Amino acid sequence: MNAPAYNFAYLDEQTKRMIRRAILKAIAIPGYQVPFASREMPMPYGWGTGGVQVTAAILGPKDVLKVIDQGSDDTTNAISIRKFFAKTAGVATTTATEDATVIQTRHRIPETALHENQVLVYQVPIPEPLRFLEPRETETRRMHALAEYGLMHVKLYEDIARFGHIATAYAYPVKVNARYVMDPSPTPKFDNPKMDNCPALQLFGAGREKRIYAIPPYTTVVSLDFEDHPFEPYRFNAPCALCGAENSYLDEIVTDDKGGRMFVCSDTDYCEGRQAAGHRGSLSAAPYKEKAHGGSNG
Amino acid sequence: MYVAVKGGERAIENAHRLLANARRGSHNVPEVTLDQISEQLGLAVDRVMSEGSLYDRELAALAIKQARGDLIEAIFLVRAFRATLPRFGASEPVETGAMRVQRRVSSTFKDIPGGQILGPTFDYTHRLLDPSLAEGFVPEAPATAEASSAPTPRVTDILGRDGLIESSPQAEKGASVGDLTREPLNFPADRDLRLQNLARGDEGFLLAMGYSTQRGYGRNHPFAGEIRFGEVEVEFFAEDAGFAVPLGSIELTECQMVNQFKGSATEAPCFTRGYGLAFGQSERKTMSMALVDRALRARELGEEAAAPAQDEEFVMSHSDNVQATGFVEHLKLPHYVDFQSELGLLRKLRQEFTDANAAESMKEAAE
Amino acid sequence: MTTIAELPPGFVDKVLSAQSTFRSVMDAMARPGSVQRIVPMAGAPAMMMRGTAAIALTLFDHDTPIWLDARMTESSDVVKWLKFHTGAPVVQDCSIASFALISDGAALPALERFALGSNEYPDRSTTLIVQVDSLAAGRGFELRGPGIDSVATLQAAIRPADLFERLRVNEALFPRGIDVVLVADDAVVAIPRTTRVVNKES
Ligand SMILES: [Zn+2]
Repeated sequence: MNAPAYNFAYLDEQTKRMIRRAILKAIAIPGYQVPFASREMPMPYGWGTGGVQVTAAILGPKDVLKVIDQGSDDTTNAISIRKFFAKTAGVATTTATEDATVIQTRHRIPETALHENQVLVYQVPIPEPLRFLEPRETETRRMHALAEYGLMHVKLYEDIARFGHIATAYAYPVKVNARYVMDPSPTPKFDNPKMDNCPALQLFGAGREKRIYAIPPYTTVVSLDFEDHPFEPYRFNAPCALCGAENSYLDEIVTDDKGGRMFVCSDTDYCEGRQAAGHRGSLSAAPYKEKAHGGSNG
Repeated sequence: MYVAVKGGERAIENAHRLLANARRGSHNVPEVTLDQISEQLGLAVDRVMSEGSLYDRELAALAIKQARGDLIEAIFLVRAFRATLPRFGASEPVETGAMRVQRRVSSTFKDIPGGQILGPTFDYTHRLLDPSLAEGFVPEAPATAEASSAPTPRVTDILGRDGLIESSPQAEKGASVGDLTREPLNFPADRDLRLQNLARGDEGFLLAMGYSTQRGYGRNHPFAGEIRFGEVEVEFFAEDAGFAVPLGSIELTECQMVNQFKGSATEAPCFTRGYGLAFGQSERKTMSMALVDRALRARELGEEAAAPAQDEEFVMSHSDNVQATGFVEHLKLPHYVDFQSELGLLRKLRQEFTDANAAESMKEAAE
Repeated sequence: MTTIAELPPGFVDKVLSAQSTFRSVMDAMARPGSVQRIVPMAGAPAMMMRGTAAIALTLFDHDTPIWLDARMTESSDVVKWLKFHTGAPVVQDCSIASFALISDGAALPALERFALGSNEYPDRSTTLIVQVDSLAAGRGFELRGPGIDSVATLQAAIRPADLFERLRVNEALFPRGIDVVLVADDAVVAIPRTTRVVNKES
């Protein structure tokens, strides 16, 4: 039996060229979804294959990679993807947002402000912001071509009529460079303002749906809203129980079955950095550090 | 005091070790070999090769073993391996008319040149569990006869000679063949891409879709013109050599459905075609594929396309079980962050609802 | 006649050189006006700058029809080198080209003759790779648009001298349009279709 041999960063060179060309067009047309011939990856569709392909196409030996899922470096899928690249590309990995040159993420944008020498790669399940209003690709493509986004505004307005608010809490649609309506991936709407005028390049990969799109650095990204119902980022009104942060997005931890709750930063690197700097919350404890076993990465 | 959950890396490693043990099962039972899978679970291997788009019995058997018999997982393993292989080009079209048939049936004519050949089939077996198979079963040697040298022309070609069925489209020499694993799919898609999608598509999905056309959701009056299973030669045109080089032979199942006729003022009426082709012996798959292929030709044939099986975008976007299982199963990944955002919104809406009702009843009480 | 053995070589390390070159081009496209360096070196046929050669080796293949301007086409070495190292088909019709290589800016065809993409698929457009005299000295330009923190400046000696005026068609065409990569030796600057360029002085 032929033992499979894999290339640097797993993908073959022809695939990388195809993805790289798609990335360049995506950057040139901010917010527009470029179709690409997504490959079958050794991880399931829906588990980050789009982000992994984008990362594999840009990653080089000098890069330092950070992978987060739900804001955390320690969620199992983040660990799994980080190990995949440590193994196939031998790149350095980090959990420190500041030190990373490439950050692959699912569902969050780090709290620490990104800088110019970084690329943020989002894993995207459904790249089409209009998909839930119009399931047909042929139709949504036409709507984007004509910048015909009335349907989206109608949907948001129906929410207001029914609930008094826009009832979208995550994957909240944005308009990029005043032209394309774009899905920011299922990030909480709390993160939307971070996309606007961001110094880092933002790339989005949807593997199953075979689309790549981008927001160049310093590009206008506006969350859709109405004059009388302006966009409001949501955050639970409490400080982080570990680091006391008042402006970070919080995970709700259920502590017992009697209604006990606590709230801690979803961005673990941010929270640990604050604790290391001496900030304390109401329930602070030195976070448990995993001991290295069988080689270390991350 | 609260300590954040860590140790995901160790959890993954331990889970994988546990999986390896669960896969092996009791050590009192001999380990299953790839040969056993390939020889004794041949139809599973055929399905994994077909939907995995890779003709390699040994790798398919390995995938089935690794996947603990979960065929969709095995298909996924084969696909992921296939994606790393270099693509040299497309073979010459295989000549199924020259197939060394092991089985060949037609429901449209009682007798056909070359004869009907029942071959190895479940058809007409009585579905009674057979306890003698439980252990040590030695089947009676198969009946044999001199191999027939009579040609076995395709039934649709026989119909085609009289113009009773639409002619099969002939590819131009050197025309490029679409490949949806190398180029992004756009709609509307040409038939080559549709057939590729269906050939890779989930057998269960196609079965349900094909079945739905029989029950009236896009009915197309099918007859099983012919189903044949056997061996064909594969050739590759080598540009350097300037001629087609034989690569070897593969087993295929082909189904040609003869469907509802069409015609117009300018065109004499004739039957239409639905086509199915798969690796190995995959009759249910190819018959379903042929029904769905015909259903997807509705627009091209000027029929109303209102049923699910006639909806190209619907069928092609949902036929792939590797895509489908990935996305369905991704729901078990953490969604704390988006759920938290949703929870916050819901709490706010509920609070406003309670406040509004309270204000309403206060007002009523005051009146 | 040059035989294949005499053709200038490609990258020494195909995988890592292509990655490094791509990152330079990606950074250039993401930050219009910024001058990025292409580090890995490959041999280049006469008429082709080393930056252009590295970009060709990084982005061209069987799937990308290439259009060459008259001066590039005259050099049979360029055509042979591209075919041998990238396999990209060289086409006569620039409206179907994925990339166009321009060595003689003065003879640049009207931009409308290249692929501009459609409103449904604006990505199906030609990327122009234009070799220029300098991306360090020359006239001053101011650039605005996505990728630029308010305003970027560029000094460049380019032909055609009115290239940026001609690129203003991008404004009306958007989302269709032409993306341009300028190359001077090992330096690259990208002007995607969203970038607005004006002369600095005057
Ligand atoms: Zn915190």
